[in-house]
Amino acid sequence: MNIFDFFRQRKTQNTTASVAKERLSIIVAHERGQRSQPDYLPALQKELVEVIRKYVNIDQDQVHVALDNQGTCSILELNITLPDR
Amino acid sequence: MGFYTLGKILVVTSGKGGVGKTTTSAAIGTGLALRGYRTVIVDFDVGLRNLDLIMGCERRVVYDFVNVINGEASLTQALIKDKRLEKLYVLAASQTRDKDALNKEGVEKVIMQLAKDFDYVVCDSPAGIEKGAFYAMYFADEAIIVTNPEVSSVRDSDRMLGLLASKSKRAEEGREPIKECLLLTRYNPERVLKGEMLGVQDVEEILSIKLLGVIPESQAVLKASNTGQPVILDEESDAGQAYGDAVDRLLGKEVPHRFLEIQKKGLMKRLFGGRE
Repeated sequence: MNIFDFFRQRKTQNTTASVAKERLSIIVAHERGQRSQPDYLPALQKELVEVIRKYVNIDQDQVHVALDNQGTCSILELNITLPDR
Repeated sequence: MGFYTLGKILVVTSGKGGVGKTTTSAAIGTGLALRGYRTVIVDFDVGLRNLDLIMGCERRVVYDFVNVINGEASLTQALIKDKRLEKLYVLAASQTRDKDALNKEGVEKVIMQLAKDFDYVVCDSPAGIEKGAFYAMYFADEAIIVTNPEVSSVRDSDRMLGLLASKSKRAEEGREPIKECLLLTRYNPERVLKGEMLGVQDVEEILSIKLLGVIPESQAVLKASNTGQPVILDEESDAGQAYGDAVDRLLGKEVPHRFLEIQKKGLMKRLFGGRE
């Protein structure tokens, strides 16, 4: 690394430490979100897939279940991607 | 139960291995005893005990934690009295390979008895989130999360924080949560300045818990473990002093953080003391 690289690195904040911080912030936020979700979500997702499969052929990963807490109310969000006809 | 005042139960934990839990348990426990508190350090790493080596009492282990749980020895027989400090004791882990050697009732009985007899019970957690780590934190009042400024350690620490908040006895009983604090170890200010290592603010921001202290990466730590002297007894060393500060903060003192900047070598040191 020469002296110019050093200054460039400082300026652009493209240091490996800043990459580490960004990656960590994202994964930690994600994992904290999962932690606060109730245990029944994976089971719910599995059963939903089974019900939908009676009518349309979909994969496990085409159903997204998420629980969002906004103040006193919780929103259960279902996102099902149906295959092209 | 009557009018016992119970000592504080402190867990030193991290999730990830090799970050300095045992070094920290030995240093903090010794520091508390140095300041006059009756202290016992308990090794929860059943099957892979090492606290005895770091404390320098490996040849004096006769009975261990599991012996006490199984009623094969009394607590008094199993406690190893430190040769240096009047108020310091060690309870060694067993070397058994039996994974079920620890059970909740047994651990509770021993830990609660220790909390009656001592001011501080320092629980040295094994790595991971298996039984040993679970029992080490289950009864805790306070937790020291040992973290290295490195991605996997920080992530595991956060996972551990989640477990402390949901799976501990305090959490289950809906009592006041475990007091958590961060101890950043193996810190290298030079690499932080170069942008090669997460800085203390970065880790604090990500984990958002109170900072107990920063222990610089130091040659003194290996020297201390080589000789079985807790590094806090090496009062000349940066790591020893940093642990000393951390103990003071644990006891509620306001102490400024040191060793966060690159230590400049003075002229004399450069000429005569270049090698640590």
